[in-house]
Amino acid sequence: MSTLLDVLAAACLVAGSGLALAAGVGLLRFPDLLARSHAATKPQVLGVLLMLAGLGFWLRSGPVTSVLVLIGLFQMVTAPVAAHLVTRAGYRTGKVTSESLAVDELTQDLRSALHKEGESER
Amino acid sequence: MTVVLIFCGVLLVTGAVLVLVRLQRGPTMLDRTIALDAFTAILIGAFVLIAVATRRRDIVPILAVLSLVGFVGSVTIARFAAVEPEGEGRILTREEVAALERERLAAEDAELAASDDEHHGGPAQGEVTG
Repeated sequence: MSTLLDVLAAACLVAGSGLALAAGVGLLRFPDLLARSHAATKPQVLGVLLMLAGLGFWLRSGPVTSVLVLIGLFQMVTAPVAAHLVTRAGYRTGKVTSESLAVDELTQDLRSALHKEGESER
Repeated sequence: MTVVLIFCGVLLVTGAVLVLVRLQRGPTMLDRTIALDAFTAILIGAFVLIAVATRRRDIVPILAVLSLVGFVGSVTIARFAAVEPEGEGRILTREEVAALERERLAAEDAELAASDDEHHGGPAQGEVTG
């Protein structure tokens, strides 16, 4: 049983570290802000959760596991907030080009909202 | 387990170096912010590896602090993000800084030469009384 848990811990640690490496490669090679943000948020949630699970399987103690679950929840709350705000600021300061996106609903919505506003003023 | 830990450490350090390269290159402030966030996540991973290697439990609070505080910086930067002119976010090379400095000094000299020297410590003019 303990050997199984050790192997599980090792697998989780290796997977989490692999995600960190993938984020580095993605950050370096991807061309624009949104793609880089996509690559950088992988280790922030899944990578950190895998590493924490590895630590939990390795230490196998109740109090530590509860704190680790709490850390995972913190990370799942804070990482999306940061990523959302950064990409929103990027969109508002014109660092996102609509041509490079497959779907760009925000620009369409903004255009139609402006259009409606113009009609209601008339 | 030692082999696994060394392998994980190599992966993490390689990822951190690549993230740091992006942090240096930019091109905009927001790219650097994203790289900083990824670096914080990798830092958490490194602390986990230390905790696994030494079986220390007192490292766990450090992870909690990092996961709670790590996002404050990027939120602040995103709040104050402004439209940057093209090429503004780049770190200048030594030659470019020297050229800018020469330009500034030349502009200052030209301004000094253009203004008349009458009011800059010339002899007293007109009738001096008292």
